[in-house]
Amino acid sequence: MSGGLTSLSFPKNAHAALANPPLLKAIAHIEETLVSGRRRAAEALPEFEALRDAGRDIKAHTLAHLDLYLEAFERKVVEAGGFVHWAADAADANRIILDICQKAGARRVTKGKSMITEEVGLNAYLQANGIAPVETDLGEYIIQLRGETPSHIIAPAVHVNKEQVAADFRRVHTDLDPKRNLDEPTSLLAEARGVLRERFLSADVGITGANFLVAETGSTVIVTNEGNGDLTQILPKTHIVLASIEKVVPTLEDVATIMRLLARSATGQEMSVYTTFSTGPRRAGDPDGPEAFHVVLLDNGRSAMLGSEFEDMLRCIRCGACINHCPVYRSVGGHAYGSVYPGPMGSVLTPSLQGLEKSAHLANASTLCGRCESVCPMRIPLPKMLRHWREKEFERHLTPKKARFGLAAWRFLAARPRLYGLATRLGAWGLARLAGRDGALRQVPLAGGWTRWRDLPAPEGGTFRTEWAKRGRK
Amino acid sequence: MTTPKPRVALFVTCLVDFFRPTVGFSAVKLLEDAGCEVSVPAGQTCCGQPAYNSGDRAGARALAEQVIALFEGFDQVVVPSGSCAGMIKTHYPDLFSGEPNWRLRAEALADKTHELTSFLVDVLGVAPLPVTFEGTATYHDSCSGLRELGVKDQPRRLLSAVDGLTIKEMHDPEACCGFGGAFCVKYDEISNAIVDRKVADVRTTGAELLLAGDLGCLLNIAGKLKREGSSVEVRHVAEVLAGMTNGPAIGETRK
Repeated sequence: MSGGLTSLSFPKNAHAALANPPLLKAIAHIEETLVSGRRRAAEALPEFEALRDAGRDIKAHTLAHLDLYLEAFERKVVEAGGFVHWAADAADANRIILDICQKAGARRVTKGKSMITEEVGLNAYLQANGIAPVETDLGEYIIQLRGETPSHIIAPAVHVNKEQVAADFRRVHTDLDPKRNLDEPTSLLAEARGVLRERFLSADVGITGANFLVAETGSTVIVTNEGNGDLTQILPKTHIVLASIEKVVPTLEDVATIMRLLARSATGQEMSVYTTFSTGPRRAGDPDGPEAFHVVLLDNGRSAMLGSEFEDMLRCIRCGACINHCPVYRSVGGHAYGSVYPGPMGSVLTPSLQGLEKSAHLANASTLCGRCESVCPMRIPLPKMLRHWREKEFERHLTPKKARFGLAAWRFLAARPRLYGLATRLGAWGLARLAGRDGALRQVPLAGGWTRWRDLPAPEGGTFRTEWAKRGRK
Repeated sequence: MTTPKPRVALFVTCLVDFFRPTVGFSAVKLLEDAGCEVSVPAGQTCCGQPAYNSGDRAGARALAEQVIALFEGFDQVVVPSGSCAGMIKTHYPDLFSGEPNWRLRAEALADKTHELTSFLVDVLGVAPLPVTFEGTATYHDSCSGLRELGVKDQPRRLLSAVDGLTIKEMHDPEACCGFGGAFCVKYDEISNAIVDRKVADVRTTGAELLLAGDLGCLLNIAGKLKREGSSVEVRHVAEVLAGMTNGPAIGETRK
């Protein structure tokens, strides 16, 4: 993957993020844009909750018969004149794509926005092999210029402000007038359009992801708001789609159902601006389209999730709603997670894809508040799965020793009610005495994590159980 | 014909037992006023949630057995916390998958376990005795109560009957306060950022009192408000409903 996995230093990353005011200001906008957008869209559609059930059921059904639908999809792609390649892991996918590019004699490829290419680290791989990838989604283009990874799955540059973008454009687009105005988002957009237009026309291969693969027709579907996906896949002679296996759905009807959930959950739009279906290469009589059409189907750990306690995660349609509503993401942004996919969905998916040892903090860095599940269009039980990862950590003794010890001590006491009663009585009495008349403690031994930021309200004195017993009650 | 009084056991929760017995006594008063015969089984400690959320399934299961054995003989079990009630109601059965006997017992207990305000409104359907509390309060929806048990209107409905009390809603009362059990000390800096937003939201309401149904959230929010020198008081909703507000609020100086 690109950028390297830094999930193990999550607390350090989070600390840096919390000391970065422009970043905090940028992610604060998620509330008034994406979160309120989703709320309005969901409230405006009476059948929204029923649609969530339907979406969940379509995905659950497909996952139960994934092999059949993937094979059906493959047959239809081939019938339409395209090629299907099966990639077991990231290295396979990269090699297959490079091979197609080299056979097409490609020097430059354009790319539609695709998290899956981030997952396999395609850009770095192509570059290392002499092929220049150009991101064409505005957000992706910006972070490519900045040498960063996306900090959000649908708003990759959500952490960047317009002044930073202007500076990046001046730094990279050195052939343009240094005095041009780049103060407004519209002028930034116009500049990016101008630069990208030339890139679109000169690309040899276009690479996109897919929001859906349709088994009944062999179509791949992408949704964008900028139309960059269309130019990426229509103009070059070769179009490569890289998609993970769980993107398949049985029918076009199913696409229609889930699409009603996707944009509403993501941005609050009823639909994304562009929805594009691709079926095979250009046919005789088609006004445009690629001469060659390849679909690379990526597994990369997903088939191992089937039948496991993490299977439900494969229903994810990458809308980002869980991320937008996560109090932890909203505090530190996406890069702190140090993984390709941030937020709740990322914390569930990353250990599956990269191994638990490399992603230890992710499942723990959640208050389990459950807001993610409450907005997930596919009703994925994210808190439950975060807890499953914590269980696996505990089983494999990956939980830090200190936490394990504390838990064992607690467990020992809680299983011995008399001893527990004595310990809590002493503790409550001691803390109340320590607080004196203050009612709250500014510092408590062994509770630095609490008192660094907030006072600890003092216990009232006696425990409830002793006070209750004093009254002669049972 | 008189129906016998329901035999209700109070699961007081470890936090209420340790920090805030007033909440326990308030709950007892509310239940007795509503015609229940209330017991507090003496062997109770903790519902096991700290272990459960730390991945220690066996530890959680052991405590769940203890709670089930202690409470299953009562007609109803009431908990002044959405989080602990949610643990018993939605997670206990899950701890015993593959063990039919225990699972049945866990499910039976889950069925008769209720968060306090939900029990008063949804199960008993009786209005508490009239009380007066002069002031303006805002109500924080604790995550587990809200999203696992659907506790949202019940506390507000009960509070609307309190004479003199006005409720002013936050912009986002459903946002997590950042407590999250062990999360608040394990990732204390992030927890602080989250409670910071909550406290800012509390302040913009202009309310003098913050109420909620979970002591974990209340300790966290009260601790932050005190650290910032705020004069906003913090109490468990049961204290106001039971009229037991003579003592100092959570974290408040004793007189």
